[in-house]
Amino acid sequence: MTLYGFKLPALSSLLIWALLWEVVGRLELTFFIPPFSEVLATLIGLIPTPAFLNALWVTSYAFLAGVFFAIVIGIPTGILMGKNRIVDELLLPWVNIFLSAPLTALVPVLMVLFGFGTKTVIITTTLFAIWIIILNARAGVRQINRSLVEMARSFGASPMDAFVKVYFWAALPEILGGVRIGVIRAVKGVIIGQLLISIVGFGALFELYSSKFLMAEFWAVLIVLFGLAFALSEFLAYLERKVSYYAASR
Amino acid sequence: MQPIKPDTRQAVTDSAVSVRNVSKVYGDVQALKDLSLEFPRGELTSLLGPSGCGKTTLLKIIAGLLPATSGEIEVNGVKVTGPGPDRSFVFQDFALLPWASVIRNVAFGLELRGVAKSEREAIAEKYIREVGLAGFEKKFPHQLSGGMRQRVGLARALSVNAQVLLLDEPFSAVDEQTRRKFQEDLLELVKNEKKTFIFVTHSIEEAVYVSDQIAILLPRPSRVSEIIRPSSFRDKSVDNIRRDPEYLDIVDRIWASLRSYVE
Repeated sequence: MTLYGFKLPALSSLLIWALLWEVVGRLELTFFIPPFSEVLATLIGLIPTPAFLNALWVTSYAFLAGVFFAIVIGIPTGILMGKNRIVDELLLPWVNIFLSAPLTALVPVLMVLFGFGTKTVIITTTLFAIWIIILNARAGVRQINRSLVEMARSFGASPMDAFVKVYFWAALPEILGGVRIGVIRAVKGVIIGQLLISIVGFGALFELYSSKFLMAEFWAVLIVLFGLAFALSEFLAYLERKVSYYAASR
Repeated sequence: MQPIKPDTRQAVTDSAVSVRNVSKVYGDVQALKDLSLEFPRGELTSLLGPSGCGKTTLLKIIAGLLPATSGEIEVNGVKVTGPGPDRSFVFQDFALLPWASVIRNVAFGLELRGVAKSEREAIAEKYIREVGLAGFEKKFPHQLSGGMRQRVGLARALSVNAQVLLLDEPFSAVDEQTRRKFQEDLLELVKNEKKTFIFVTHSIEEAVYVSDQIAILLPRPSRVSEIIRPSSFRDKSVDNIRRDPEYLDIVDRIWASLRSYVE
């Protein structure tokens, strides 16, 4: 975007919102919103503290593990559903139900099944992310050009070869789209997990700060979380653009 | 128009591919009915007919990509039960891997057969040169024109060294001038490669131009209505074929018999 002939850098609209935040904070309308500058100062002070670093580590661990399982289980399952009628008929209703279900309501059940530890947080994260990954991989495989499938068959591809060398790559643009949305959902999953199950990581920090009305700290952690989620999502969007050259010509 | 003499050279040496009493039923649609056809070794046979006559279906059954409802196919005396290394397929829409370079695409058939990388790339390079794409090895399909993409498809089919090449309307997605060049190159290829070509097309001129034998398929239900073997112009140079009287007669005659099937 350009303004009076100046080219504005991306995301510069955020500056306006930051300014608005600062003004509202300074007006002291509510204790809920401290000035943006105060939040930033708190953030800088907060980052080197052991509590923050520990929360970052615990959360990243659960998040990455959850996303890992969602991808490693989700992509092959989706490809399999796209290629096999019977598997598709069996699993599709469940995938659709879980995709739209309020998964938060399931968390207490998971706690009973898997205990109150990190394991349950990881499973919650996986459950938040996996369904859209499955659905997108399935959609990606279903739109593969039929003659590409016939090509693989006519040159004698084993099922494994066809899977690894043709189907996966042909579906990759959709798969990456699914992973990107899945990762965003996983951020929700890990925080909800940490809030509801074991009070650890960023979830514990949110709990602590909001119960003690430490709003600057609360917002600071939230900004960190938004920033991380945004960076991740942008990185995956970048990967998607890397394969978009062939997405249109399959 | 002078009628064409029935061909007397029916005693062809031997068949690379035999189609015997093949029928294909899709649901309640009879796509092919009791179809028999011989494909002489080392020659190019065209399957020509109006759309919906089942010529692509027949080609895919020969390829082993579709099962026949009844009847059988033999390639070099061996019954076809699925795709095999004795046949390779050239696709109408090229069917290239868009994420792979030209050389990997050409070598892909060999890659699937487990040929070592250096060996298969050496073979691929040879055929890339043969189809006139030298210098494009590292390019990707989206950087090539339609005609060049089909050359990649052709090189891939050649590089696996199958005895029978199945071409499904290979030139229908390329422009007219490229197509003419392709047809000339195809004649060269048939002469040099000593392979059996089965060529599906809906262009009468194309079929007559490139074929040693033309099988006319008529629809509803599909059957072979006649087999034409051009005799006089096959050995002429590529520039003279289109003015040969026999060429023109055959084109006219095929059109006369297909005309009533065109909506």
